[in-house]
Amino acid sequence: MPGTVEIPKEKWTGAIRQVTLGATADQGGSRARTVTVGGETTLPFLFFEGAIPNPPVIALEVQDSYPADWSPVLLQAWGDALRDPATWARKAEELGADLIMLRLRGVNSNGQLTTTAQATATVRAVLQATGLPVIVRGPGQAERDNELLVAVAEAAAGERLALGLCEDKNYRTIVAAALAHGHLVIASSPIDVNLAKQLNILISDMRMPLDRVLMDPTTGALGYGLEYTYSVMERLRIAALTGDSMTQQPMICFVGEESWRQKESRAASGVPAQWGDLEKRSVTWEIVTATTLLESGADIVVLRHPKTVGVIRNTIRKLMAQ
Amino acid sequence: MALSGLEIYKLLPKTNCKECGFPTCLAFAMKLAAKQVELDACPYVSAEAKEALSAAAAPPIRLIKLGSGRREFQIGNETVLFRHEKTFFNKPGLALRIKDTEPAEEITAKVETVHTYGVERVGIEMTFNAIAIENASGDADTFARTVAAARAKTDLPFVLMSNRAEALKAALAQEGGHKPLLYAATVENWEAMAEVAKAGGVSLAVRSRDGLDELADLTTKLSNAGIADLVLDPGSRDLAGSLAQLTQIRRLALKKNYRPLGYPIITFPGEVASSEEEEVVAAAQYVAKYAGIIVLDHFDPAVAYPLLTLRLNIYTDPQKPISVDPGIYEFNHPGADSPLLTTTNFSLTYFSVAGELDGSGIPSWLLVCDAEGMSVLTAWAAGKFDAETIAKAVKTTGVAEKLNHRKLTIPGHVAVLSGELEDELPGWEIQVGPREAVDIPAYLKVWKQ
Ligand code: B12
Ligand code: SF4
Repeated sequence: MPGTVEIPKEKWTGAIRQVTLGATADQGGSRARTVTVGGETTLPFLFFEGAIPNPPVIALEVQDSYPADWSPVLLQAWGDALRDPATWARKAEELGADLIMLRLRGVNSNGQLTTTAQATATVRAVLQATGLPVIVRGPGQAERDNELLVAVAEAAAGERLALGLCEDKNYRTIVAAALAHGHLVIASSPIDVNLAKQLNILISDMRMPLDRVLMDPTTGALGYGLEYTYSVMERLRIAALTGDSMTQQPMICFVGEESWRQKESRAASGVPAQWGDLEKRSVTWEIVTATTLLESGADIVVLRHPKTVGVIRNTIRKLMAQ
Repeated sequence: MALSGLEIYKLLPKTNCKECGFPTCLAFAMKLAAKQVELDACPYVSAEAKEALSAAAAPPIRLIKLGSGRREFQIGNETVLFRHEKTFFNKPGLALRIKDTEPAEEITAKVETVHTYGVERVGIEMTFNAIAIENASGDADTFARTVAAARAKTDLPFVLMSNRAEALKAALAQEGGHKPLLYAATVENWEAMAEVAKAGGVSLAVRSRDGLDELADLTTKLSNAGIADLVLDPGSRDLAGSLAQLTQIRRLALKKNYRPLGYPIITFPGEVASSEEEEVVAAAQYVAKYAGIIVLDHFDPAVAYPLLTLRLNIYTDPQKPISVDPGIYEFNHPGADSPLLTTTNFSLTYFSVAGELDGSGIPSWLLVCDAEGMSVLTAWAAGKFDAETIAKAVKTTGVAEKLNHRKLTIPGHVAVLSGELEDELPGWEIQVGPREAVDIPAYLKVWKQ
């Protein structure tokens, strides 16, 4: 044989920060276990040139009131569990989720604004129903996010929740509440390396330790901007491994929310026959979006469909097999 | 890997005779490196120098063409590891595998399905590219008959799969000259395979059972035997192993200009998958991470459509979003009373809206603004889809002359623009449409002039 092929290896100098979600009783919380993400010293799943101490994990989305606007495929798969956040979270844990991502919609199904008392009651109920670490997201409007998340942070002090989303226009209040009550934050920026860095800097300037910050690069679903997210994540990961400290946060992708919003995941009729069966198509949409983003550096994928959880769990297991 | 001016200079005669039209050999070398002149302009380059220079100029991953006519597709010739560095160029071919042991009717049905399947997205027709036919029976006649039967149904290129050269030879005779890929040369059979590929003038896949060393050794032998068009199967089938292998091959080719592995790669996501979902996951990985051909074992439109969409996404040029021409578009023969809506010229946005307008059956006008190919919210956030842009489009296109009303529907996501837009367009009433395109038909049904 004419010699052996010499494999070119990158000599990365940086590492992703390890971030731990949730706190057990002796750590001041009530979780049955904690979940640690990050720590990579190589590009996704390339074990031949670095270490991946923690596998990527799966969060399942739970909402505080019945998501009547969800795709019929999701409504059918979950059934009545969607009517009660605690039942929903319990079922999510049974399905094999590593984390619960509780979304506070801000209004209940009768169109009334959620009060801080209702929001904290829901968070408590979910914390009681499951032993998994919990992520809590607000409705997505600055004022309401601040109002609800501050109350939640206080009510669940010590639980090491991840609170979000912190955006460049609205992060101070959420970061301060997280700091005061022992939680983490999610820094969210619109598909841009510099904006992501900038926000991490702002948050760290508030003395939030960076091992309590997750980064949301903004998810575009398959067919709806996925390629932009994919590339910005690759760029962020390369920057991080090259030693750029402010890009070294683990990444979280809201795969389910984006994927299930699209027409492909909702429309059974009035679409081309070439789109195939709605259920299979919509679940595949979520599977493909999740897989592609895992391959570009996602540390947490937030999913919606029970079936996707099993498929992605199996995918992560296979990708982590050295 | 391209040579630098200095490296080229070392290969030139260094006599500075000026016949090339440049004052010195070095000046000529610099122009060559910048690809601004042809090597032929120097009459004195030696044969060895010529060979070295043309070898260095060859793309690091060889371009392979499969099929013929309208179904021809090409793979390879990629230049970057990450799409943000430039772009990925040649989309991996998607193929469905059939086996010559399957019942004839089933084979015909599968071939017809793949042959006719096409689905449109953002104005682009997406299709499968090939059919792989495997000689599972081990019998050359059965194989040749299957290939002939499939060929009678389609002009799609084939991947002909057998470990016996005679079987491939027999199949090739039935193939109809559409330039298939032969699969695969191995340590055991490569000489016989090389002969068949050479005689047929077709590409040959090379399969290693023992990693990249064996693979490089085989391609070197085949290349020395005069087979230039090779496709690699490095052997791994599992997700983690094949991700590593395909990444290593791509790096070796691009960063080290390592010729023995400078070829496109064929993959088989179904081979260790225990379910259709596992196959999709592997196929998705191969689309993003470096396959040239992806041979699937299942075909279902509900899976094919997402995979084709992923391929389109990953192979979109990151520098230029796919966009449509700004201007006025008509749906269902609109008249002076028909509604007017506006949107941006990002293809994805345009086609989402156009699809609904068309499908609603209701006559309407769509004013597409020049938002530099950005989606509604992206363009709005970037200041490319504001009241001024929309007002300008209304004025310059003269859309008002087509109408006997002055009403304009804007996307629900940019409802905030309505006040400002009414200021910019005196006499117009700005209406706020739904946020999502799916809800447009319902909106139009109750739209009143
Ligand atoms: C992909 C993407 C990008 C890509 C660009 C893609 C492109 N060519 O447009 C990139 C990475 C370049 C990008 C850049 C930016 N982006 Co951007 N991007 C996205 C993303 C992920 C998807 C956008 C998309 O493709 N949507 C799909 C298309 C089809 O949607 P659409 O155009 O809105 O059309 C739908 C509806 O509006 C409706 N519709 C369309 N037309 C019409 C017309 C009528 C009459 C009606 C009734 C309905 C209708 O139908 C469609 C389907 O339902 C979104 C977040 C998200 N997940 O959605 C952020 C997002 C749009 N981006 C955002 C921002 C802020 C930016 C930047 C300004 C960031 C920055 N500061 O650099 C830049 C601006 C660009 C620049 N400066 O050059 C924000 C906008 C925030 C806001 N609400 O104002 C978003 C929402 C992300 C966020 N949550 O922060 N972005
Ligand atoms: S013609 Fe050839 S040898 Fe003469 S100067 Fe040009 S490069 Fe040099």
